[in-house]
Amino acid sequence: MQFFGGSAAAEMTPSPAAPPGTATGLAGNNANMLYIFNRNGVCLLYREWHRPLHTLDAQEDQKLMFGLLFSLRSFTAKMDPTSVDKGNLGVPLLPGQGCSFYSFRTNTYKLSFMESPSGIKLILVTHPKTGDLRDALRYMYNLYVEYVVKNPLYVPGSPIKCELFNVNLDQYVKTLI
Amino acid sequence: MAPVVPRSGDAVFANVERVNAELFTLTYGAIVRQLLTDLEEVEEVNKQLDQMGYNIGVRLIDEFLAKSNISRCVDFKETAEVIAKVGFKMFLGVTATVTNWDVEGTTCSLVLEDNPLVEFVELPDTCQGLYYCNILSGVVRGALEMVSMKTEVSWVRDMLHGDDAYELRVKLIKQVPEEYPYKDDE
Repeated sequence: MQFFGGSAAAEMTPSPAAPPGTATGLAGNNANMLYIFNRNGVCLLYREWHRPLHTLDAQEDQKLMFGLLFSLRSFTAKMDPTSVDKGNLGVPLLPGQGCSFYSFRTNTYKLSFMESPSGIKLILVTHPKTGDLRDALRYMYNLYVEYVVKNPLYVPGSPIKCELFNVNLDQYVKTLI
Repeated sequence: MAPVVPRSGDAVFANVERVNAELFTLTYGAIVRQLLTDLEEVEEVNKQLDQMGYNIGVRLIDEFLAKSNISRCVDFKETAEVIAKVGFKMFLGVTATVTNWDVEGTTCSLVLEDNPLVEFVELPDTCQGLYYCNILSGVVRGALEMVSMKTEVSWVRDMLHGDDAYELRVKLIKQVPEEYPYKDDE
């Protein structure tokens, strides 16, 4: 089965084709949850599609997730054998400094990550057999721009409450395999 | 997957929605006119335009990053080039040149030969202190703040004041590294 990138509305230029993954579950049942953080660690959005088990309360969960990404980012930059631009361990990095990780996989899920230079972080948790989601995350970032940033009633830095954004996200996520 | 290459200014410009430049120019003119009526002080109008620009810049940066595929902003020199060649092109349809770097590489000038904001504009004698395009300096400042660069932006040359070009002086005050936002005792 092949599915292609989201319902490309006329104004959305980049519509990446869905990565050729091995469709395992039913289509539309692949993504588990999505987090969006801003640069100050505020969780702008948390969406859940398929998460049978909760071990922490939502706030702890989000803080832990942000902390993990924060540490992983400086760790990956520090480990990078190819670059001199590392900063010292423990010294805060500038956005875009060093190298950046984009996913990790366990035997039960895969976590994909994207960070924009403005500090917006998108984290998507999916089935472990999902392919490369970097294009998909970029597309979601575009959705965020179209439906959140361009909404004059949205105050930057506050949690996102845009129904239209959620609808479009849900639609797009269903196409991921 | 190959790393995503930033697109050129022209490519981005070709891909974004565009409106008639005159409509934009006249709308901006109406805003400035209204501010002059409301605030009466030219200084206040400058301040207000800068503030409006800042608020725009804070949002505009995400659209810019999403559409231009730029993935890092660390080096100020590179950043200035990107603003001039991609940013101005994408949102105003013109490109600026980057000149007059100081020795430390923290201050530069963005020079605009033509400026779509000032079509049909003449400054009357009562508004000689007005920086008509002050919204632009606010936009640049707001956008850069979102990518961790604290800057001061000021106008050096202004065609409406009889100069031969528009020159924005951008001074990098400091780059703010990312801090861990949570306190331990929360």
